[in-house]
Amino acid sequence: MTILERLKKVMEEQNVGGDVEITMDTTFEELEIDSLDLVDLTMNCEDEFGIELDPDSAPKTIGELVEKIAELTGEEA
Amino acid sequence: MSFTVLGTGSKLPDTVVTNDDLATFLDTSDEWITTRTGIHRRHVLKQEKLIDLATVAAKNALKNSGVTADELDLILCSTIQGDYVSPAFACVVQKELGATCPAFDVNAGCSGFIYALDVADGYFARGRAKKVLIIAAEAMTRFTNWQDRSTCVLFGDGCGAVVLGEGDDLLSIKITAEGNFEALNIPHTQGNCPYTELDGKESVLHMDGQSVFKFAVSSICRDIKDVTQAAGLTLDDLDYMVLHQANYRIMESAARRLKISMDRVPSIIHETGNMSSACIPIVLDQLNRSGKLVNSRYIALAGFGSGFTTGACVLRCHKF
Ligand SMILES: CC(C)(COP(=O)(O)OP(=O)(O)OC[C@H]1O[C@@H](n2cnc3c(N)ncnc32)[C@H](O)[C@@H]1OP(=O)(O)O)[C@@H](O)C(=O)NCCC(=O)NCCS
Repeated sequence: MTILERLKKVMEEQNVGGDVEITMDTTFEELEIDSLDLVDLTMNCEDEFGIELDPDSAPKTIGELVEKIAELTGEEA
Repeated sequence: MSFTVLGTGSKLPDTVVTNDDLATFLDTSDEWITTRTGIHRRHVLKQEKLIDLATVAAKNALKNSGVTADELDLILCSTIQGDYVSPAFACVVQKELGATCPAFDVNAGCSGFIYALDVADGYFARGRAKKVLIIAAEAMTRFTNWQDRSTCVLFGDGCGAVVLGEGDDLLSIKITAEGNFEALNIPHTQGNCPYTELDGKESVLHMDGQSVFKFAVSSICRDIKDVTQAAGLTLDDLDYMVLHQANYRIMESAARRLKISMDRVPSIIHETGNMSSACIPIVLDQLNRSGKLVNSRYIALAGFGSGFTTGACVLRCHKF
């Protein structure tokens, strides 16, 4: 599974994003993910990928988050 | 030998402040506060003192337990700050009740009620007490910065109390602390010593909301799992998980991670906001008085707060 696919699964479990199609360009605003959903999502990604994300660098798009995860896991984005 | 809960009581201030009331002097909205926190209203001390609430909460708990003030062996008060810096608020309550036993305060931030349960457990274990009164009394609105919209909308005032007697209903308990005063603190009052060369800060609450949010969710999950396992139970055995009422979104996030449905996570935050350590005993009192504990078997409590401190326990339940 790619990072994006795993991220989609994490988001589905968290019950955020609704029916909006998720691509690398999708913004969290489009997904109606507010700052606390994002904190939650960050924690869920930390568990799923075994990484620690910088609390001060709030990503704006799915792509930014995927790239951050790729950088920390060494996997391909 | 540990304890059983013999009775519960609580009291909120009469004055209710809605989100719309706050929006008259803050750049905020009912919509923002409700969606980010689940809070609709909070009760605020106006003409009452904290002791007025604490006395009613304590008397309600004593009445509910059938214990009289002169039977008490210990009064413990969980508070960030009572009506006085000194004496301890527990002594102020003691006077109002006409009790004669030892009395002192426990300050462990919003986890204070669980810390007080742990202290009480020690008194029962050592055979030093047969009846203990714990009051959690908090006047957070005195310490909130009413110009800071990101914190003042979160808090309210209130008191909760329990009376404990000898028994075996405490199945497990844990308390933790990890020194961190950057993310959540209230600086001390400055005084007027002519020698001090330090610049005083206003005695109002400072908080890094998101790091507290993360800390809260992860510690609830860790502590609830730990105390449930220590009690020889599984999460499915818990009828209720009573959490510190800091933000509904914290409760939802923790419950989702633990796969516990929200109908097992009682919430009063919409009505009260965060009343620090008073939240958990007030929820307990409401569960008790609404008869919800009659057919329940086990209840877990979990708090977290300034320190950072955390505390959790599992109680066998029945109608207190
Ligand atoms: C306090 C808390 C609700 C803030 O939520 P958040 O999503 O972290 O909010 P942020 O501080 O990132 O602010 C997001 C935006 O909302 C704004 N905002 C903050 N408070 C607001 C309010 N009351 N009304 C309207 N807007 C507000 C901010 O200015 C910010 O705007 P910007 O994006 O234009 O800069 C949340 O962090 C929280 O509940 N943390 C835990 C706190 C806690 O439980 N403390 C007690 C522990 S015992």
